[in-house]
Amino acid sequence: MALTGLEIYKLLPKTNCKECGFPTCLAFAMKLAAKQAELSACPYVSEESKAKLEAASAPPIRLIEIAGDDGKLAVGNETVLFRHEKTFYHRPGLFLRLLDTDGPDDLKRKAAEADAYKADYVGINLTLDGFAVEAASGDPAKYAAAIAAVRSASKKPLILMASSPDLAKAGLEAAKGTRPLLHAANAANWQAMGELAKAANVPLAVRSESLDGLAELTGSLTKAGLQDLVLDPDLTGYQDSLQRLTLLRRLALKKNFRPLGFPIITFPGASGKADETVLAAEHIAKYAGFIVLEKFEPASLYALLVLRQNIYTDPQKPIQVQPGLYEINNPDTKAPVMVTTNFSITYFSVANEVEGSGWPAWLVVTDAEGMSVLTAWAAGKFDSERIAKAVKAVGIADKVGHRKVIIPGQVAVLSGELEGDLPDWQIMVGPKEAVDIGSFLKATWKN
Amino acid sequence: MTIEIPKEKWAGKVREVTLGATSADGGTRIRTITLGGQAAMPYLQFEAPAPHPPCLALEIRDRKPEDWSQLLSQIWGEAMADPAQWAKAAEEAGADMIYLTLSATQADGKPNTAENARAVVRKVLDATALPIAVVGPGQAEIDNELIVPAAEEGKGERMLIGICEDKNYRTIVAAALANDHIVQSKTPMDVNLSKQLVILIHDMGLPLERIIIDPTTGSLGYGIEYGYSVMERLRLAALQGDSMTQQPLIVTPGEEGWKVKEAKVGEGVPAAWGDWKRRAQDWEAVTATALVHAGADLIVLRHPDTLRRVRSLVDSLLAPAA
Ligand code: B12
Ligand code: SF4
Repeated sequence: MALTGLEIYKLLPKTNCKECGFPTCLAFAMKLAAKQAELSACPYVSEESKAKLEAASAPPIRLIEIAGDDGKLAVGNETVLFRHEKTFYHRPGLFLRLLDTDGPDDLKRKAAEADAYKADYVGINLTLDGFAVEAASGDPAKYAAAIAAVRSASKKPLILMASSPDLAKAGLEAAKGTRPLLHAANAANWQAMGELAKAANVPLAVRSESLDGLAELTGSLTKAGLQDLVLDPDLTGYQDSLQRLTLLRRLALKKNFRPLGFPIITFPGASGKADETVLAAEHIAKYAGFIVLEKFEPASLYALLVLRQNIYTDPQKPIQVQPGLYEINNPDTKAPVMVTTNFSITYFSVANEVEGSGWPAWLVVTDAEGMSVLTAWAAGKFDSERIAKAVKAVGIADKVGHRKVIIPGQVAVLSGELEGDLPDWQIMVGPKEAVDIGSFLKATWKN
Repeated sequence: MTIEIPKEKWAGKVREVTLGATSADGGTRIRTITLGGQAAMPYLQFEAPAPHPPCLALEIRDRKPEDWSQLLSQIWGEAMADPAQWAKAAEEAGADMIYLTLSATQADGKPNTAENARAVVRKVLDATALPIAVVGPGQAEIDNELIVPAAEEGKGERMLIGICEDKNYRTIVAAALANDHIVQSKTPMDVNLSKQLVILIHDMGLPLERIIIDPTTGSLGYGIEYGYSVMERLRLAALQGDSMTQQPLIVTPGEEGWKVKEAKVGEGVPAAWGDWKRRAQDWEAVTATALVHAGADLIVLRHPDTLRRVRSLVDSLLAPAA
């Protein structure tokens, strides 16, 4: 939590020597609070004050970055409990757990299949973020081979799940050249695990059922010089998840409690006590940073990835596309002309549908300030005037031989007025839902 | 080290609303359902245990709907053709409440009628002893024409009736007043609009203990985040003591989740969308899960498996804090 100017002033020498370039220590403190000056400008500030000030300016939840052979993921650095207060910034990573006991061939196949997973949601490419490779065999050589196999099939970031230092060591060796998350240190092994993580410069997860246990571990590891830590609160069901994830976020944000100011890793399917998809959805809404799934199930993964996208959308800015003229399936002078709004969800529902139907078409995307058809219509951002303006501005009249324009069925009421605003055009009312565009064109478009 | 658990102290709490009337209160329901009463954000049991579980309702229609997903028709089968059968099937599937939506037209395409609305409500009340909701098709004139007789038929049963919207609430509220029912007050994803409509309804003389807010539900992938945040804001306002936001919240993930392409369409969709049946059910379940965490009190679903999944979620969330 940021300090106020006065709080900072209390930590300065209070000699008003002016060497920082400001007339008084207080003036300097005010500039520091406003982030318009650097602490290093004062040569006399004590080491103790310096440490306090630096700690206070660090984000309450540390940003943790991991990297694969290609591709990075950063989580943490969140600042609010509820998305409307600002926004949630760093989408939690979704990982798939793989066991070294499966053997290299199976692992390669599984990793390759999940690595190739790609779903398009309103023009955003949704994928899995990486793999959590577990040393279930207990054999360092097998574990190293498993990691090599996964790396040969995927360049995505890894989480190394190793329960003992010798497994961790083999895993880190095999993952060299990437920056995996090492999982996990506990009360028994934290020293050795900490040394390994420090030497390899990788983030380390700590595991404990209790908040006290977690804070003790991060406290010890921080003292040992580690900064990049992740918390594993060992969550098993819906209620313990919600409670502990909420408490961790509150302690970090409201109490600025450093020992728990780290991202959190969860395993929603591991305990078998909950429906993996439902619990993962809870973890997405409520504060997880890394989510490790047991099963690769495209249908469920797609739903979870979309939820993650939705929850992490900036509430201030609806996702939108550039207004203008869009060509679908290489339209020619005979192709139908349709108008829609520039809200991403609206645009892509229509564009994907038209594309899938095989019909070539021109899409006139009006500037409706990123709102859906009915929302924009109700807000006066998708009225006859705006539509007419857009149709004229994109110059579609020069590109087609006909004079017919199709409007969304939801705004059928606009057709009369539009006939006035676009006198040369025949206004056709399309179906209400984009799914029906193909059959609508089939029935009505005779050109 | 013992970490002090940070607890919020709130000034306000959610108002309690009771649906359904047993013989003790002049109705014929086997039980009542009380919603609300929370004094903390959703399911933070360590702060203030929620006094009542949320109500999980299943939606049925007065006749077989033409636009429901084939996956739903497979599940409900023959029962869909008869509201009494359907209500029974929904009760057997574990619903707490039956949410009956009347259609704009009858099976032969003719406009739905007051007599039919009355008859259907009677059938459903006779077929199930659970509390019920009856709402119109969402077109002002038809709603009024159908809901008034429906409300009369269920007089004294403390049904949930609706849907009240800013342009159309007077007739429905009057029917609730005359026949001792609760109303569903719907506004498009906006905290202030939501409060305003509650005030207007309350001004007509309906006690606040008989109003449930419908903040408008968006499906996963189609605007869920707007409703989600409006619900969180309404709930925070309620806890801060803003009286007109202290109503229980109703959401409709069944209707919204099953309306979208992901749930409706099984063929010609991207391979990454995976198995259709699973995707459709996850769409409803994930939408519902998110809304449960945003503070939903009455959750209207369509698929019995989703009901089962959401039931284990809320049962677990409500268990006493460990
Ligand atoms: C999410 C939402 C919002 C979000 C905005 C999201 C956004 N960026 O647009 C928020 C919360 C901000 C919002 C605000 C408002 N909203 Co609003 N909102 C919705 C909601 C829930 C979903 C809209 C949506 O995203 N749909 C999904 C998109 C993809 O649908 P679509 O754009 O219509 O596109 C589909 C079809 O139209 C078709 N299509 C699209 N283009 C084309 C083109 C052609 C040629 C064809 C054939 C088809 C086609 O394809 C798509 C898929 O089928 C609806 C209710 C509902 N459940 O539908 C209310 C709704 C649209 N809102 C409504 C209202 C009134 C408002 C407000 C005016 C309320 C207010 N007074 O504050 C404000 C206006 C905004 C403002 N003043 O800033 C009303 C409109 C009522 C009406 N009939 O006029 C609705 C219907 C709710 C209701 N029942 O009252 N809203
Ligand atoms: S240099 Fe340091 S001690 Fe001198 S005035 Fe600036 S803040 Fe104060």
